[in-house]
Amino acid sequence: MSKVKPALQLRNIWKIFGDDASHLLEKTSRSPSLTELNDAGLIPAVRDVTLDIFNGEIFVIMGLSGSGKSTLVRCMSRLIEPTAGEIMFAGQNLLSASEDELIQIRRHKMGMVFQHFALLPHMSVLGNVAFPLEIQGIDKKTREQRAREMISLVGLSGREDYYPRELSGGQQQRVGIARSLAVEPDIWFLDEPFSALDPLIRREMQDEFLKLQDILKKTIVFITHDFDEAIRLADRIAIMKDGAVIQIGTPEDLIINPATEYVAEFTRDVSRAKVFSARMVMRPLASNEKDTLRELQRHDAKVQEFADQAVHSDDPIGVIDDTGSVIGVIDRQSVLNVLVGREPAGSY
Amino acid sequence: MQSIPIPEAPVKFRWGLWLSLTVIFCLGILLYLNKELTPFLVKYPKDWIIPLRFWISDLMQWLIKDFDLGLFTFKELTRSIAWVLEWPLSIANSFLATGFTFSTEPGAPIILPPAPWIAIVSIVGLLAFQLSGIRLTLLVTGCFFYLVIFGQWQSAMVTLSSIIIAVPLGVGIGFALGITAYRHPLLERMLSPVLDLMQTVPVFAYLVPVLFLFGFGPVAAMIATMIYATPPMVRVTILSLRQIPEELIEYGDMAGCSRRQLLRKIQVPVARNSLMVGINQVIMLSLNMVIIASMIGAGGLGFDVLSSLRRLAIGDGLEAGLAITLLAIALDRLGQAYNSRSTKSARADNSEFLTGPRFGALIILILIVSWLAAHFFPALAIFPESLQVTTSHFWDAAVKWININFFDQLEAVKTFVLIHIMIPVKRFLLNTPWSVVVALIALVSFRLGGFRLAALTTVLSLFIAVTGLWTKAMITVYLCGVSVLFAACIGIPAGILAASHSKLNRVTQALIDTLQTLPSFVYLIPVVMLFRVGDFAAMLAVIAYSLAPAIRYTILGIEQVPTHLIEAARAIGCTRTQIRWRIELPIALPQIMLGINQTIMMALSMLVITALVGTRDLGQEVYIALTKADTGRGIIAGIGVACIAIVADRLINRWAQRKRMEFGLQS
Ligand SMILES: Nc1ncnc2c1ncn2[C@@H]1O[C@H](COP(=O)(O)OP(=O)(O)OP(=O)(O)O)[C@@H](O)[C@H]1O
Ligand SMILES: [Mg+2]
Repeated sequence: MSKVKPALQLRNIWKIFGDDASHLLEKTSRSPSLTELNDAGLIPAVRDVTLDIFNGEIFVIMGLSGSGKSTLVRCMSRLIEPTAGEIMFAGQNLLSASEDELIQIRRHKMGMVFQHFALLPHMSVLGNVAFPLEIQGIDKKTREQRAREMISLVGLSGREDYYPRELSGGQQQRVGIARSLAVEPDIWFLDEPFSALDPLIRREMQDEFLKLQDILKKTIVFITHDFDEAIRLADRIAIMKDGAVIQIGTPEDLIINPATEYVAEFTRDVSRAKVFSARMVMRPLASNEKDTLRELQRHDAKVQEFADQAVHSDDPIGVIDDTGSVIGVIDRQSVLNVLVGREPAGSY
Repeated sequence: MQSIPIPEAPVKFRWGLWLSLTVIFCLGILLYLNKELTPFLVKYPKDWIIPLRFWISDLMQWLIKDFDLGLFTFKELTRSIAWVLEWPLSIANSFLATGFTFSTEPGAPIILPPAPWIAIVSIVGLLAFQLSGIRLTLLVTGCFFYLVIFGQWQSAMVTLSSIIIAVPLGVGIGFALGITAYRHPLLERMLSPVLDLMQTVPVFAYLVPVLFLFGFGPVAAMIATMIYATPPMVRVTILSLRQIPEELIEYGDMAGCSRRQLLRKIQVPVARNSLMVGINQVIMLSLNMVIIASMIGAGGLGFDVLSSLRRLAIGDGLEAGLAITLLAIALDRLGQAYNSRSTKSARADNSEFLTGPRFGALIILILIVSWLAAHFFPALAIFPESLQVTTSHFWDAAVKWININFFDQLEAVKTFVLIHIMIPVKRFLLNTPWSVVVALIALVSFRLGGFRLAALTTVLSLFIAVTGLWTKAMITVYLCGVSVLFAACIGIPAGILAASHSKLNRVTQALIDTLQTLPSFVYLIPVVMLFRVGDFAAMLAVIAYSLAPAIRYTILGIEQVPTHLIEAARAIGCTRTQIRWRIELPIALPQIMLGINQTIMMALSMLVITALVGTRDLGQEVYIALTKADTGRGIIAGIGVACIAIVADRLINRWAQRKRMEFGLQS
């Protein structure tokens, strides 16, 4: 990942609610402790966050309620003005952008999906999806055509004339998604987009979200408080607690090397088979094995996908990389280890 | 029993309260018995009165005579405001009532006659049909036909033209102020107490300074109307903008809306329904005020009512009063239809035939046709007097008949209430030393809301004392108190009854809605009809006017009792009566008290108007000031009423808030 150029860079972002917050920051040379903040009657929502978000990845921010996720993502688009720090986006410091520049950036380069959909109640589905284009002054015909494309992309064709209140929660969020994509944003923020939906619909929406991402390959910042959701969707996850990011890593990283007890607590009940990929559990190829391999798996396939196959066959399964060459093998024992929850021995 | 620890603090708390109450009570009796010893504590000494009202009068004099704003004088400023407003008003008036002339001289030849009644009735009917359907059309045209047939047309159109100009101006100004305050919290904080005061100062009090600054006439009346009707619009605007979900605003920002776009495309449409409620309120308040403003020259229906009240010509007054009522109902229902239509799915609207421009064209067509038709059939323009109906003789006769045949009964009721209830209360209040009243208020406020509340209420009640209004204020308190007591005795049981019968509930709600659309002036008519003038008549008018909130809040309070509580009560075997008395009423009590609070506010505003039927309270003070154009006197008396209102309001609100917190209905 690190070879890819970052789309968005956050450097030492602070957001402290309350009067005179920046004053306290300066006084403590930008590192006030939690007690200092509390004593001053301030609410630290985001504390000293530094992170890079890379082009084309799904970056999930995860944390319990009140840990500052929403505030952080709103700092990224400057919906909330950070108290201190620096944000680099599209080659410029977002925090020094003027009001007009900011409007242009939001119009053309950013999209956002909200937890409670934030659809405009007085507009039809078509009107809602075309709204961001209308704001830009694009003529009616063009914007409606574009909006129809987006509506069919999220599978709502035929409901263009419905009003938000006439749609189910899942459908409403599809409108929210279509709307935020209508301007072809460079970066796409989703603040707990599926939290208000019931579990079945949520799963369905996650699947469709992944399909959509396969086509669109956007840079995504996705917020959730649901670790299962994070694991399903994330390329990388940032875990937040009390406003600070305590660990950033791939789902496997978080499970294998939790930075703190807190992270370990989160990952404890997660099914390993869903998270670990073949690459993670394979052992090196013995020299005589290469020709005996009858079955092959991609290196990024999850254990869950081939567990059955591996357990029921006596022969090891070969693991191939993107170019198709075999880089390791998996046998019954290594899969069983994962299934019963032992940490893999030979992880890369 | 000993094993149960009794919390100590609350016990002390009660003790303190009772002790201080007893002390104040004894002190009161002592003071009263030894008047000679400390007379200044019993009756507020004349020498101590601060001549605030003269200062204000002088200030106003100075403003209008000498105040120079640099580029222009204050007088020029008021003149130009009046001049600017004169234009639209006179155009509306010419169009609806008097016809267009070359010059403003009376008797100048008319170029274009006013819109024929047939045109106005058709247009209003068409509008009603467009907005809702045949039922509303029948209602509204029915109301307007009454105006035509009963010979109220001319006056009604004068009134309507004031409304047509005052409402958009009031709405526009209120909206602009509201938005500015919403965007700048500092402005809001400054505006809020002003709005509070404006809504508690009685209507009459507005008239005095306006009369002084703008003179007697329709323009001054319209300015007073606007000033009176605008504050709720400001409130509603701020409130409804603030009610918009935070996410929607954030979305607007994310979509890259400019501030203008955010306002026009998101905030206003989303808040539209509640903004409409504000507009409806402005219409109703304007109608109320434009009637009252007939005292400073508004003309129209208000003037008719006023003059017939003065002549005690009950029949005429009744017909004009009914005309006001019907006009109010018609406007109110049209407004409501407009609201509810906007909430329906707009998809149905696409099928509508009469959209904006077409509707406009149709109106112009109707006007032209009816102007032409009226040229040949004058009856279409001005309904012939020979066909007009009047029932005023009937009413006059009826009143006479009642007064001859039921005089003794009516008189007996009146005397009974006066002697056994009203006069004793009045005596008691007038004889209670002022210092004791102030101390009591301070004590109660302190117990309820601590030092700040006590400071506020003490200052307000001292204001009444130092401006020399104590006696009149006590009469206001007595009249208001007795009326509210009666209103509560009628309203609360009525509300309880209505809350438990859904059919009755609907009827009651409809009745209350209608009661609340009636301009306050109208309430005086039947009362004067039966009881002529005096405190008793005034009290009846006040009760009728202020009854609605007592009923409404009682129903609301009982409906808001959480169902799980009722279920729990039923589960432990409470009877219906037990549930009512042990569960519903105690929990609904805070809400009911808020209703009583509203009742007090309405009673106070009505009391001032009852000065017309000869009360001797602060209302009379304002009324006298109005007839003498004595600004200082009017403003001070008006603020005096506002002081009473604010003290009552803060105390009751505070109490209700505490109760609700105790019940966990509010955090
Ligand atoms: N406008 C504000 N003023 C004061 N404090 C705020 C404000 N907005 C958020 N906070 C506080 O900042 C902290 C972080 O809030 P935030 O909404 O970012 O949490 P979150 O992780 O998104 O939680 P959730 O999962 O409930 O949405 C909370 O303690 C919250 O109370
Ligand atoms: Mg959140």
